[in-house]
Order: sequence, then structure tokens, then C-alpha cells
Amino acid sequence: MKTAPFEYARAASLAEACGLLARHGDSAKIIAGGQSLMPMMAMRLLRPAWLVDIDAVAALKFIAFERDFARTGAGTRQCALERDDTLAARVPLLRQALAFVGHVQTRNRGTIGGSLAHADPSAELPLAAQVLGARIVLRSQKGARTLDAGQFFSGPMATIARPDECLEEIHWPIWSEKRTGSAFTEISVRHGDFAMVAAAAQVALDAEGRCTRAALGLGGVGGTPLAFPKVAARLLGTRLEDAAVQEAGKAAAAESEPGSDLHASAEYRRHLARVLAARALREARDRARAA
Amino acid sequence: MNEDLYTIEVEVNGRRRSAQVPARLSLVDWLREELRLTGTHVGCEHGVCGACSVLLDGEPVRACLMYTVQASGHRVTTVEGLARSDGSLSVLQDSFCETHGLQCGYCTSGMLIAAQALLDANPNPSEAQIREAIAGNLCRCTGYQQIVEAVRLAAKRLKGAR
Repeated sequence: MKTAPFEYARAASLAEACGLLARHGDSAKIIAGGQSLMPMMAMRLLRPAWLVDIDAVAALKFIAFERDFARTGAGTRQCALERDDTLAARVPLLRQALAFVGHVQTRNRGTIGGSLAHADPSAELPLAAQVLGARIVLRSQKGARTLDAGQFFSGPMATIARPDECLEEIHWPIWSEKRTGSAFTEISVRHGDFAMVAAAAQVALDAEGRCTRAALGLGGVGGTPLAFPKVAARLLGTRLEDAAVQEAGKAAAAESEPGSDLHASAEYRRHLARVLAARALREARDRARAA
Repeated sequence: MNEDLYTIEVEVNGRRRSAQVPARLSLVDWLREELRLTGTHVGCEHGVCGACSVLLDGEPVRACLMYTVQASGHRVTTVEGLARSDGSLSVLQDSFCETHGLQCGYCTSGMLIAAQALLDANPNPSEAQIREAIAGNLCRCTGYQQIVEAVRLAAKRLKGAR
């Protein structure tokens, strides 16, 4: 057995999970699909004394729609999000991002909340949340609080969630503009591996083809996924011509803070940041034009 | 040290199995070491190689990325559960033999599980869909070409049989 010993509790409800977390504090970790947690435990990077299993909490598995946003329960499996056509129509960036998340076998177990809570700075779903400005609902025995993705991610593999809090649901903004397009792209050693750099973009165009709204972000080039609201704001009013898009890619790369590791140097990552940011914007633009 | 044991009940290849297991026992270790179902292979033990793939309630998952306690109340199918009831090879397994879709055999059980799940959901997959379905399984011998051929052949044979 690779994992260090721990005690296990299967929660039947969110209230029960919060009770267990309140009792065990930071000696407990939540497990749902376990696709990020188990490798870390197998390598003994983590040795929690308790695992609180929320995988059987049915109330955390749902996809629902309000007028302005989609709601996904934290325990909803990645494969369920991937298959939902309504979600793909209203928050298209999610399905585009999910195509790069692990493999069929891991998406069948992995959950949306687990990926966000794990907060890998090169992971796809945290980047999608950051770019779209998703809202994250955390629940504890003391009540619930709602945070912007930008507040939630605090560093590499770190969030501001307290040890007694459980991620409950995520709210994904729905852009109402008719001509909206989004795109997700990344470079990794092999398909399904961790991204060296990932880029996501979403844009809206008016009837004349001028950009009325834009969002752009990069993963793998900082301690958290990064959004570039100022760079995106400079695109407003343009027709997203190739020159403007390339300029935005350059600006985003200049603002990013990539590090070096075994897979890629900081210099190469900055190059990828520039190229991929522009590519994501171009693809998003072309989809918006075709919409 | 004394570890707490947890009572589980899992249906494995159609048979109900009860056991007492420590929480940290991975599903693949339980299948192989307690049930002696050694057809499921164990490779990297952290979710990269796909050798340990099994079906959980009909969907392919990695058995090294599940604790056995989490499988309680669920249905597991291993490669042993793919063969016909008389022990002869399934159409998919036979197609792997036919196209030389295996050499050392290490990845084969995981490939079979991934491919079986694909064919169950999509009896007429395109080549791109076959490649996507086995993208999470590493092979170091055949270079994937014959594995893709095997799945294509199995799909053809199964269509003919229907």
C-alpha cells in the first residue's frame, strides 16, 4: 500500500460532511473523485489523518440554470459536465476546457469541485473559472460564503477555503450576447498531460463585428491561473483584427510570471503564452463571427 | 500498527464480495492481492499509465485512483469479466490476438477495458474516437497501430453478429 494510514468517513449529506470537517479540522481532507488527491497521497506528499468522502452526497451532483449563470454542484463529475449539451450551449468554454482534462477514465471519477479545490495553476478548470469570473460557494457549519474565482485561488495548489469548509457549488456566468465565441487551447507533452501553458478566451461581438466584451486568461504561467482584464479591455471597440489579437497576446505574455521546470523553461513558457493567448482569441473571435 | 478495518460489499464480475479492508487499500491492490484477480495490472500507481483500468458501474476508471472503501455498493468489472462464461475469449479479446494488438501484454487488460467501454457506448466508433478512448493507456510495444486495428476489427465483427 502506497498511501499512509488514515481513517475514513463516508458522509451521507453536506451537513454531515461539514460536521466531520468541523470536528477534525486540518487533520481531515475531503475526497470526492480522488483523481488529484490520490496521486498526492500515493506519493505521500499528503498524509491526512482523516478522509471525509463526499462522493455519495447526491445533493452536490447537479447542473442547473438561472437566467445569468449556470450552477454546477461541486460533486458533479467532469464526464457529466462534458456530456451536458445545454451547459455546452450556455457556457461553451467548459466543454472546450474539459476536452483537455486528463482522460476518459479520470473524467469518469473526477469532479468539478475537486479540480478547483486542488488549484493546480496549470489545470484547465481553474483557468476556465478564472477567465469567466465564476463564483464559488463554500459551506461550513457556520454558514455559506460566495467568492470570486480570483479571490478563491491563493497560490500554487492553495485556496483560501478554510479546513472546515466544503465547496458546495460553482456559478458560471452565461453571456447573453448572441454573437459570443470562446476557445481553449494548450500545449502539453502528450494529450491529457498537464499543460505547459494553457490559454482561454471568450469574446462577444455586436452586429457590426465590433468587440463589446472580452475575457482572456492563461494557465501554467504563474502561481494561480491568471486573467488579464486590462488586456481584454483594450480589445473593446476593435474588430479583433489579427494585429489587435497579436498585441493582446504579447501584452498577456508580458504580464505573466512563468517559472522553469523539467518540462519547459520560463522563456519557452512566455513564448507559448504569447502564441496561445493570441490563438485562443482568434478562435473565439471566429466562433463569435460565425454565431 | 493496528489499522481500522472497514466493511465493504462490492459486486465483482457479477459476484457479490464482502470484505474487511483498511481505508488506504487501493481498489487495484484489493482485486489483485485479496481476490487474486491478477488480470488487472498495476503500473504507475498514480493514475498515469492506465494499466489498472476497470469498469465501475460500466464506466472505465483507474483502479489505482480509488480506495476500495469507495467502491463499496458499486459494480466492478475486470478483464476477467470480459471473457465469455465458458472462458473463451470475447470478440474484442480475439480481435487483439488477430491483429497482433499485444506484445508484452502489460497494457492489454487496460486497453481491453477502455475499448470495451467505448464499444458498449458507441458500436461504430471512428478512428479518432478509438484513439481518444485509449489515450489514457500507455503501450510500450506495439505502438498503438494494431491496438486501433483490433478495436476496429471488433466493431466490424460485432456489427456482423447483430
